[in-house]
Amino acid sequence: MSRLVDWLDRRTGLQHLLREALGEAIPGGARLAYVFGSGLLLVFLSQVITGVFLALYYVPSADHAHVTVAYMVKEVASGSFLRSLHAYGSSAMIIVVLLHVAQTLIYGSYKGAREILWMAGCVLFALVLGMAFTGYLLPWDQKAYFATAVGTNILGEVPLIGEWLQRLVRGGADMGTLTVSRFFVAHVFLIPGAIFAFVGLHVFLFRKAGPAGPPSVEAGRQRTELFYPRQLLMDVGFAVTIIVCLGAIAWMWPAELGPEANPADTRFLPRPEWYYVPVFQWLKYWKGSSAVVGIVIIPAIVAVFFVGLPFFDRSPERAPSKRPVTVGAFVAVLLSLALLGVLSVVEDRRDPAIAEQLAAQREVDRQFTAEPFEPEESPASLKTAKAALADPATARGKAIYEAQSCDACHGDAGQGTPGASALIGLAAKYPADELQRVLKIPTQEMTDGGMMPVDISDDDLRVLVAYVNALR
Amino acid sequence: MYPLRRKPGEVAWSDIGPTTDLTPLAAPVKMLVEIEQRDGWRKMISTKPVYVTRTAEGRLRVLSAVCPHLGCSVAWNDSRRQFSCPCHVGVFAEDGALVSGPPPRGMDELDSTVEDGRLKVRYQYFRQLVTTREIIA
Repeated sequence: MSRLVDWLDRRTGLQHLLREALGEAIPGGARLAYVFGSGLLLVFLSQVITGVFLALYYVPSADHAHVTVAYMVKEVASGSFLRSLHAYGSSAMIIVVLLHVAQTLIYGSYKGAREILWMAGCVLFALVLGMAFTGYLLPWDQKAYFATAVGTNILGEVPLIGEWLQRLVRGGADMGTLTVSRFFVAHVFLIPGAIFAFVGLHVFLFRKAGPAGPPSVEAGRQRTELFYPRQLLMDVGFAVTIIVCLGAIAWMWPAELGPEANPADTRFLPRPEWYYVPVFQWLKYWKGSSAVVGIVIIPAIVAVFFVGLPFFDRSPERAPSKRPVTVGAFVAVLLSLALLGVLSVVEDRRDPAIAEQLAAQREVDRQFTAEPFEPEESPASLKTAKAALADPATARGKAIYEAQSCDACHGDAGQGTPGASALIGLAAKYPADELQRVLKIPTQEMTDGGMMPVDISDDDLRVLVAYVNALR
Repeated sequence: MYPLRRKPGEVAWSDIGPTTDLTPLAAPVKMLVEIEQRDGWRKMISTKPVYVTRTAEGRLRVLSAVCPHLGCSVAWNDSRRQFSCPCHVGVFAEDGALVSGPPPRGMDELDSTVEDGRLKVRYQYFRQLVTTREIIA
């Protein structure tokens, strides 16, 4: 074994590399407070691995994105578990990056010629948020579509280049298949590539500056401990704990997938993922032309102070108790974000109509996730084509079904959408004459759900019902 | 940089339905219009929701359901007799005028016309977060 190691070492310098990596001296000794940076890197690697598996099945286009995600969730072995691990992993990334920032800020570890190190970390923070934003659209379900529509509209508010930026990101004026492919490229190639590059820079600058150690100078002088073995064990232990917890959560509460995006649905209530809820609530307070202040100017000022912190806070003092302005401002921002998040949830719960609709949406998501996988029938609907061959009346019925925009609410093959119930299997419940009657004069329940009377000739109505009856 | 320099094509008129279906109109009614549009390499028929209202003079008006704040879909609330945006609580009157909330302007009116007794609309997109109605596509 040792001969093999020697052979490798002569050719690669492996032992020297390991000594360099593991022999880093930590002022004040190993601490649990230092685990977040390397923990974050390992969670990111877990995201890369699960993401590669998801990419085996995903097709980045508006007409295939949702069905391929549904396929991996409902048919592929462990597909739902892998997707859940990936989805919850994005939340874990946000939590760990916040813990890493909090530890660095409270310990004053950005001080002492570490300005570029801190700024590289800020870029990584933004890239992690960018990963979360671009990944959210990819399933192309209702919440993904509407949350991203709002998110990309915010880009339009950026002074001078807003409209240009929005069109570039969306690939046009409206969200569509180019938006999916652009977000996919950003999520899978551009942002991860940038993350790897900035992690390299961040680690290089960290090793150049050396670990800052505890905030108290005396504690830092007491002793020095090498990175290996205790700090390495703590770091790996922390990352493994997170990944095991994520695995348990993904196993017990698999991430749900909603029905495919339906831009015509005006009843859907878009709500972002939890980490963007404070921003969502914040946008409510900036009315009319003052929106630019809330959407661009204030966040830009906060970002400038955050990124430029090592330049503004020049005192060598690192003890948090002696830096009340910096630590207080950070805590105030965190508390404000938490308060905005709580306010958003409270407002949604207080309005019975909103609470009811959100509960209905969760139920629709749950039902869709539980339903068996329906393979895509291309080019239009094989079922309908077969039915049309058997009975030409159903072909005419299909044309009327589309001409009357029934497909907009009931789906292109009567499979139903969040806006209206499925029509498949209706023939077993209602005789043809009863169906014709309720299509002409919808019941109160149907009217409340948005159903309009179908005003067509009796003959057209007959073939429309024939088509609905043929849906299987 | 594509499609920044691509010039948008002419917007065609889409059929909403016979005007007789819209008489009387006690409240704004949601209609779905089908528009043929290019989505990257796809040529597709897309369904868009619009609201048809009637002015005091009896003229039919067609309003876009896209909120001029951040683009969520506006819904008509029959019991409150007003439109409301489910995202950031923008509220609009029956005629689409802004009542309260963050939107910078009222709901956008779409160009509409009546031909041979049928209401037609030209579906367009407008810039969000500005006080004036600016067509972007």
